[in-house]
Amino acid sequence: MNVIQPIQHPGKPAAATLGLVDVDIHPRAKSIEEFRPFLSARWWEHLTTWGMRQRHGYTGGQPPFPKAQPMASRRDAWPPGGTPCSDLDFMRFQLLDNYGTDVGILNPLQPSGQGDRNNGFSAAMAHATNEWQLEAWLRKEPRLRGSVVVPYEDSAASAAEIRARAGDPNFAQVLMMSRTAEPAGNPRYWPIYEAAVEAGLPVAFHAFGYSGWAMTNGGWPSFYIEEVSEHATSCQNQVISLVVEGVFERLPGLKVVLIECGFAWMPSVAWRLDGHWKHLRSEVPHLTRAPSEQIRDHIWVSTQPMEEPERGAHVLDICEWIGWDHILFATDYPHWDFDDPREALPGIIPPERRRDIFGGNARKLYGF
Amino acid sequence: MTSPDPALRAIDCDVHPMPVSLRSLSPYMDAFWADQVVERGMTGLDSQSWPIGSPKTIRADWRDAKGRGASSVEELRAQALDPFGVDIAILNPLYGVQLLFNEDMCRAFTRALNDWVRAEWLDRDPRLRASIVLPMHTPEQAVDEIERLAPDRRFVQALALVMGEVPLGRRQWWPVFEACVRHGLALGIHAGSAYRHPQTSVGWTSWYLEEYAANQQAFQSTLASLVTEGALGKFPALKVVLLESGVTWLPAFLWRLQKVWKGVRFEVPWVDRLPAEIVRDQVRLSAQPFDAPADGVGRILDHLRSEEMLLWASDWPHWQFDGNDCIPPGIPARLLPKLLRGNALATYPRLAPTGAARQGDAA
Amino acid sequence: MIAGPVAEIPPGGRKLVEVGEGRRVVVFNLGGEFYALANRCPHQGGSLCDGIRTGHVTAPEPGVYSYERRGEMIRCPWHSWEFDIRTGKSWFDPRRVQVRQFPAHVEKGSALVEGPYRAETFPVRVEDDYVVVEA
Repeated sequence: MNVIQPIQHPGKPAAATLGLVDVDIHPRAKSIEEFRPFLSARWWEHLTTWGMRQRHGYTGGQPPFPKAQPMASRRDAWPPGGTPCSDLDFMRFQLLDNYGTDVGILNPLQPSGQGDRNNGFSAAMAHATNEWQLEAWLRKEPRLRGSVVVPYEDSAASAAEIRARAGDPNFAQVLMMSRTAEPAGNPRYWPIYEAAVEAGLPVAFHAFGYSGWAMTNGGWPSFYIEEVSEHATSCQNQVISLVVEGVFERLPGLKVVLIECGFAWMPSVAWRLDGHWKHLRSEVPHLTRAPSEQIRDHIWVSTQPMEEPERGAHVLDICEWIGWDHILFATDYPHWDFDDPREALPGIIPPERRRDIFGGNARKLYGF
Repeated sequence: MTSPDPALRAIDCDVHPMPVSLRSLSPYMDAFWADQVVERGMTGLDSQSWPIGSPKTIRADWRDAKGRGASSVEELRAQALDPFGVDIAILNPLYGVQLLFNEDMCRAFTRALNDWVRAEWLDRDPRLRASIVLPMHTPEQAVDEIERLAPDRRFVQALALVMGEVPLGRRQWWPVFEACVRHGLALGIHAGSAYRHPQTSVGWTSWYLEEYAANQQAFQSTLASLVTEGALGKFPALKVVLLESGVTWLPAFLWRLQKVWKGVRFEVPWVDRLPAEIVRDQVRLSAQPFDAPADGVGRILDHLRSEEMLLWASDWPHWQFDGNDCIPPGIPARLLPKLLRGNALATYPRLAPTGAARQGDAA
Repeated sequence: MIAGPVAEIPPGGRKLVEVGEGRRVVVFNLGGEFYALANRCPHQGGSLCDGIRTGHVTAPEPGVYSYERRGEMIRCPWHSWEFDIRTGKSWFDPRRVQVRQFPAHVEKGSALVEGPYRAETFPVRVEDDYVVVEA
């Protein structure tokens, strides 16, 4: 039985007095036909023959670590006749209208082509995904903004796609996946960040993708539960790389958002870098500011999946250390580890902080 | 207070003897391998995890005239044991034997390293104990080496690197854990890589600072493996010691793992207790380095929710502090008896004195 | 209150009922026996009625799967927390995390027309059986 039950009391969380901005929604096409208008015949042919080819073993969208739920989604998020978040009306009903969302940012996942082994195809799909966002979602629903999907393993093509979208208010940020083929701060990716800064767009790293390396630095894990844990660790490595490679020194205007990577680990990463930078400064003369300062100034985190310390009050320490103004609310709709806006932020967080997390910080970052 | 009160009789859980070159180990190899070293021009197995020139590998005032260090017991005494008032120190050699791809060479050189430690360190100072460096090509090899050296009770731990080829929780390693438990050895997992994989799951780092930092992530995925594979549950008597991990990553890691486990438990149904409880029971961490500013230490200790988990170490000769300030600043004085000695005694069964208890040690 | 005719909730089935003031209860039929749980997951309020019924897997040791009680656990459609339909207790912390359970049993229509259960929501036929929930 999958009868969708209307929620009893639709509306914003009481503390969202600066509005509710959801920085992580995952729209999905009903079928790959939706991309056809935006692909050349050559790449449409490629898509329908070969499909997505990620840096792992399976075809057809089957991930190497099977999800815990079908399509990693809430079981009640399947619209009649469709896959989760493939139907705008249903998404409005279950998410935007239900929670009084003022702005929602779309982060399309596969079949966006990101991380595909074929760079040309990846570029074509990224472009098509951006057109599809406009056509199927952004032009129809004023509360939504899109992300500029880029074929990040080809930084020149990525920069071109960003430049093509610069100035379009429909797009709020550039989207990358968190598991890139080399650490995100590596110079090969710098053209992407340069283009993003030029366009005035933050760069978001969303958990996932397949780097092509073993999923941990000590080899391949066995379980999906390990993979979920590892989204946090790979994101940590990306933060470390961005800082240590001097990306923020080079691009003081760059803003980075980490989505669905968790956030409670951030202080320990910042402290680790500060502590050991002190002893290793001679290796990295290009770093003129403490890593923790760079993180504090340049990196935002999203709340989902909301950390659940054994002692609830401990989350206050984490938020204090990260900086209350750098925390952005996200639902991750329609995924199974979705955070309900009215439940996920513990009441122990003071109302004015929740207000900023729900909307104030995102408005400031994105200019909404 | 940042250096130990000698009256507390500190146990230093992480010091690193460093062979000058591969020739240092030759006397402990059989003839074939000793000759191979010479004939093939093999000079050294210094690991990129610890570049000799890195300021962090050997503290400047601990370097010898040739720029190396930590190659003799005399240096250890003068630089660490005496100034820090150390009662017992555990040697964890990090020489790059576990990086070798030839499994026979790896076994031979690892044996030689362990025998070098025994002859040139353990035999020269009664305060010293050591880890059995494990050849990690196969579990059988590792078990053999444990069986070979376990009769010498000065070996208190079996040692693997945190970044190996296969996650350490995997079932193939369980004969190693079984051997550890049987012999009363802790399982030590130390920062560093065998370079079967890049330092991160997203590839090779450019800078050593990145690489050194990446150990923090390795400990998380290793601990995730040990918990979710059920290794800790299967061997409830096993104590796992995470060495030179930085410590402060642990609470956030547990919060996430535990949250996910509540919903995905069916994937690993043998994990039938809260992961945080399993870890607090069986996992210990050396507290050098302790990645936190002094004013954050109190909160992080609160987040850890245990006073039994931390083991003091100097991490000699790695540069983690200056002078004799070898206790991480911010650690409350009332924790020092446990941090400096009590927790180590509880973790390493072989540290307990045989016969009548020595005066001053808690039961 | 009356949840509905027994025929409406066959074995393996479930029904969501309003019990007043916006509260909802989900009634399950487990092999002919009826159990009623509050419809709200204690974690973030997910609707349990939209979750899947599963079996319960335990493991005497890693790699050995002991799978039983198929259909007797309800998993929240969101974060997948497992609750025992018979008791409302969560698997991972049965002492402290549970869903409120309401007594449920079957009554004959003939008994119901005489009260004390509310029968306003639908007509009761004397010859049918009904699931009654004390909520």
